[in-house]
Amino acid sequence: MFEYDFMRTAFVASGIAAVLAGTVGFFLVLRGQTFAGHALSHVGFTGATGAILFGLSPFAGLVGFTLVTGVAMGLFGEKLAQRDVAIGMMLSLALGLGLLFLHFYTSAATQAAALLFGNVLGVDSSALLSLFVLAVVSLVGLALIGRPLLFASLQPELAEARGVPLRFVSSAFLAIVAVAVAECAQIVGVLLVFTLMVGPAAAAQNFSRRVGGGVLLAAGLALADAWCGLALAYYTDWPTSFWITALSGLVFLVSIAARSVASPVARPIGRILLRRLAPRA
Amino acid sequence: MSALRFYKATIKLGRWEVLSAVSFAVQDGEFVGMLGANGAGKTTLMRAALGLVPVASGAVSVFDQPATRGNASIGFMPQNRGAVAGLRLTGWDVVASAAIGARFGFVQLDKAARREIDWALDEVGAREFARRSIGELSGGERQLVLLSQALLGRPRLLLLDEPLISLDPAHQKSVVEIARRVCDDLKVAILFSAHELNPLVNAIDRVLYLGGGAAVIGPVEEVVTGPVLSRLYGAPIDVIHVKDRYFVMAGEVDVERDAHRHQDSAPGPARDRSDVHV
Repeated sequence: MFEYDFMRTAFVASGIAAVLAGTVGFFLVLRGQTFAGHALSHVGFTGATGAILFGLSPFAGLVGFTLVTGVAMGLFGEKLAQRDVAIGMMLSLALGLGLLFLHFYTSAATQAAALLFGNVLGVDSSALLSLFVLAVVSLVGLALIGRPLLFASLQPELAEARGVPLRFVSSAFLAIVAVAVAECAQIVGVLLVFTLMVGPAAAAQNFSRRVGGGVLLAAGLALADAWCGLALAYYTDWPTSFWITALSGLVFLVSIAARSVASPVARPIGRILLRRLAPRA
Repeated sequence: MSALRFYKATIKLGRWEVLSAVSFAVQDGEFVGMLGANGAGKTTLMRAALGLVPVASGAVSVFDQPATRGNASIGFMPQNRGAVAGLRLTGWDVVASAAIGARFGFVQLDKAARREIDWALDEVGAREFARRSIGELSGGERQLVLLSQALLGRPRLLLLDEPLISLDPAHQKSVVEIARRVCDDLKVAILFSAHELNPLVNAIDRVLYLGGGAAVIGPVEEVVTGPVLSRLYGAPIDVIHVKDRYFVMAGEVDVERDAHRHQDSAPGPARDRSDVHV
């Protein structure tokens, strides 16, 4: 499958987006802001359709709109970014507005489908550079704020007392989330951004008890989901986004099973079962 | 030198005056228990010392410097620690996140930082179980892991906000004993807030009692008396003192115990007021 140019491009593009999504997703899950990430992707849809309507690049609209919204959400404070109703309203409003933009731009049905569900095979090789640059900038930014972000995510009150500027950290992080969302939307579409941002990160947190290991695992799982999904799509001719969501869901289920097996409640039961099955062991 | 000094300090949350022209001082190396009903301002007082709440009038100083945010001479243990209980990360990683959490940039967890984390965990006897997932620890173990964070950076004043909450009596005793040992070994001042005096009474040097916007500091037997508490609560209070135990009663009601129950919002039938508590 690597003999095709579009496949090579798809592998590179999805690899870049997956590594960024997994890493950023780890913190998103840790902070309990997955819904905020989801909402940002819908805002991105509005941005992209708006950009098409005004003759601009949809990717620019996507990045720009999510970025502005992410920073704004952060500035409103931790509380808003975790408030279900406010986010839910914003999400549906953004999607409705996106629909209106599409209505005015009548010939955009295929472009809308690509935005909503992704079209990694249609990624232009010239778009790779901007994907790569944005990912590198985001990861460097994440590394720079990483320590205060982790501290503020785990123990906000203690972090505040130690002088961590919570609001700044929150806005900077949501700006990075916005870029990650925009990148993922290229691969799996705005509706399925969850699958690369949240699935692998949540699974990694079930598998790993360590911070460093968890971040690496989240990025690795996201990469595996994306690449395996692409390969499966190539051989089955089913949509790539379907395969990525299926794999992401599967890995998450396995992680839940692994976690409950390792839990102190289940361990004695497991030991008893083991003794029954293999008395000599 | 006093570790923490409030001088005619008035602190408001919105329009509500939590503390009105309060004056007291915690001496260097002293272990002070802070008591008072819910809403008496225990947490607000600590936040003022941390520079997180502005002082409306008067002054709050820490080692003779005005209270500011991010003061390295204060170690803090906040009260709402519920979120940590759901985590799967190890206790060590949580402590590590606090140890280098205030620094931006490419910060590595270097050898010195690791040694500091191990030292803080050792100091409260938590190093062994800190390797386990923090969500899987018992309430008492988790409290000790979180307490160790207050020691990071070797502060000279510890503000511990309700470390005994939702612990059983045995764990309460061990947390208080560890706090006392830390106070003696490291020569730090400790302000330790609690709902009940009895678990603390043998460990603390003095008690700081808050009520009705006022504060009284002094030895337990001088502060925890009917007249002083009646003045703070603005209602007739009886104090029954049996051996090492104090029972603060407003009419028929055991004030401290009731406050505690309210805080935990524990369901269940109201127990007989006359039974003795542990």
